[in-house]
Amino acid sequence: MDLKRELVKKLQQDILLWQGFKPAVANATERIGLGQIELAFPGGVFPKRAIHEFITILPEHSAASDGFIAGLLASLMEEGAACVWVSTSRRLFPAALPAFNVRPERIIFMDVKTEKEALWITEEALKCEGLAAVVAELNNLSLIESRRLQLAVEESGVTGFILRKDPGKAVSSLATARWQIRPLPSENEEGLPGLGFPRWQVELLKVRNGNPGSWVMEWSGDCFTEVIPQLQDARWSEQPGLQIG
Amino acid sequence: MQRRFVSIWFRRLLSDWQLIRRPELKEVPFIFAAPDHGRMMITAVGPLAVLQGIEKGMRVADAKAICPGLEVLDDKPGRPVKLLRGIGEWCLRYCPVVAIDEFSKDGLLLEVSGCPHLWGGEREYLKEIIERLKSKGYDVRVAIADTPGAAWAVSRYGTVTPLIPAGGQTEALLPLIPEALRLEEAVLTKLHKLGFYQIKSFIGMPRSVLRRRFGEHFLQRMAQALGTEDEMLQPLQVPVPFCERLPCLEPIRTKTGIEIAISRMLESLCKRLQQEGQGLRTGLLTGYRIDGKVVQIGIGTSAPSHNVTHLFKLFQLKIDKIRPGLGIELFLLEAPKVDALNVSQEEMWTSKRGMDNESVTRLLDRVAGKIGPEVIQRYLPATRYWPERYLQRTVSLTEKPVSEWRMDKPRPTELLARPAPIEVMALIPDHPPKFFIYQGLQHSVLKADGPERIEREWWLDEGEHRDYYQVEDEKGQRYWLFRSGHYGGEQKYKWFIHGFFA
Repeated sequence: MDLKRELVKKLQQDILLWQGFKPAVANATERIGLGQIELAFPGGVFPKRAIHEFITILPEHSAASDGFIAGLLASLMEEGAACVWVSTSRRLFPAALPAFNVRPERIIFMDVKTEKEALWITEEALKCEGLAAVVAELNNLSLIESRRLQLAVEESGVTGFILRKDPGKAVSSLATARWQIRPLPSENEEGLPGLGFPRWQVELLKVRNGNPGSWVMEWSGDCFTEVIPQLQDARWSEQPGLQIG
Repeated sequence: MQRRFVSIWFRRLLSDWQLIRRPELKEVPFIFAAPDHGRMMITAVGPLAVLQGIEKGMRVADAKAICPGLEVLDDKPGRPVKLLRGIGEWCLRYCPVVAIDEFSKDGLLLEVSGCPHLWGGEREYLKEIIERLKSKGYDVRVAIADTPGAAWAVSRYGTVTPLIPAGGQTEALLPLIPEALRLEEAVLTKLHKLGFYQIKSFIGMPRSVLRRRFGEHFLQRMAQALGTEDEMLQPLQVPVPFCERLPCLEPIRTKTGIEIAISRMLESLCKRLQQEGQGLRTGLLTGYRIDGKVVQIGIGTSAPSHNVTHLFKLFQLKIDKIRPGLGIELFLLEAPKVDALNVSQEEMWTSKRGMDNESVTRLLDRVAGKIGPEVIQRYLPATRYWPERYLQRTVSLTEKPVSEWRMDKPRPTELLARPAPIEVMALIPDHPPKFFIYQGLQHSVLKADGPERIEREWWLDEGEHRDYYQVEDEKGQRYWLFRSGHYGGEQKYKWFIHGFFA
């Protein structure tokens, strides 16, 4: 009985490995700086050999997703690696990237006219081992096409990010993880005027073999920080028994 | 056979060349100048400037005093030789041996033995050369003689006839001045001091006397002009083009057949490229069909390459564009543009990721080949503030930013290509708006930063400055808004949305 269980466990581990998940190692270099979110993935490691899908409906969502991806690129593009950004209607302003520790000159933008060309470039770029990551703004991605992208990633080890505007078709893709990033009101310390650090509601809608969840994250200058919602202390005047009158 | 030489003298090589490029200079006196010992010296003079009395070797400051409207153009060292090389390669139509005149670098020397009769005689031959060059805009003098030295002398200093008959070079040289013998400056001064104003006044002197006075080189130049000593010309070498031919026994119609043809030609072409340390930048495949039509596809690479598999993949992307028709009987593979290739030692295990990674450049080649090079873009920071002009596009993969990326001011992650107008309610002048309506949705502003005033680049375009505000609405969505113009100014001010923050 024990033997059988061990065999099943071993097989599960192997399958995870084939799917691009690294086994759990307490290796600091494998961290991507997402803190608690990384624990949602099998083995507690952010899958780099995988396709991550971001659902963006409003332009505000896609701006937030761009920021979140830029934060991830900062740690993926270490040691001078390059990244390809494929798009048919790009709005990303490269001048914003230095705020997320990404050097814009290391990103190669490919602005094409049709979705078909964008898809071809995405697949070719995902096969290219010299790249750190590929970000693609694709709307129509069929099951077969997403499978092709997944196969390309498994071979080359490039991280793929896909930004999709149409939530209806999201079900039919084979992404390892599906995210939704929405902006949240920022908070300043001590009630100072003006805007604080960008804050997002990060939802992990789907993780293969992991635990989906929802977190509040902030880009605090040069790294992600998780914001734990604090219960506000009730004011003394509102506490029962202390009220006057 | 009697050897015959033609000397072509370009009287105003640089100014003729400039007039061909810029015909509008015909009305302007112009000169070429180059720095020499800390001052600008004239190296070539245009036709109108000559009339004003300006000469080669004058100082630019003096020339400007003579002729106030003078246009001064920069001269680059080595430009005449480059021009002569181009013209010389064109002159290969007249004879197989063409050399650049190494002494004065303003003419060509052609060995034409056995060629003039093809043009109907020496007179017609010279006429043809003069007229063809004149139709292109070059003013030349030519001469033909038995020796390069005599042809050189007559083309520059001769006054009687440019056709020196066989064996007649001595008579032709006699009345000429000593400069016609291609001598150094020091020897010429000495000759003038001694009162030798014509070649005939010293040509009959004993050799030992001349050698003692003027040196061995003087005698050599004289012997070369008279034909008693041979002069070696350095013929121009035309580079052999990188080109492969593949005639087919049977006409090729299938994709597989074309693929085999390409890979076979690429193998031998790449072998030659590798031996010469070159890499292909553009390639051209031409197929000659049996019905007389010609089909062509081209590729380009972003870095020189002689890798067969990579180049083959680039061609493979375009094979579908070839219409073989009834079949292709001859393939021609050319490399019109090649670059020197530094072969670096390949690392087997530690492949470094980066911009210059080989797999990245190959990816870009494939994309450029299939879709077009214009889709690939990289951005560097420009030292400008206006948001639409802050980025500078570059095509090179290795170009480094000149200035640092600015991080002092917040910039939105998404920028609208054109700012969109919005309706705004602001309570106090010069304050951020209280709420705004964009695409029919009302956003009430809870937090705001700003304004950041960005002035228009008035030397480029006119218009109002912009006051940018960074605002956050009740849902936490962050926007970049601006007001164009002063609040309550003379011109009507307007509010726009220009971007979205993360």
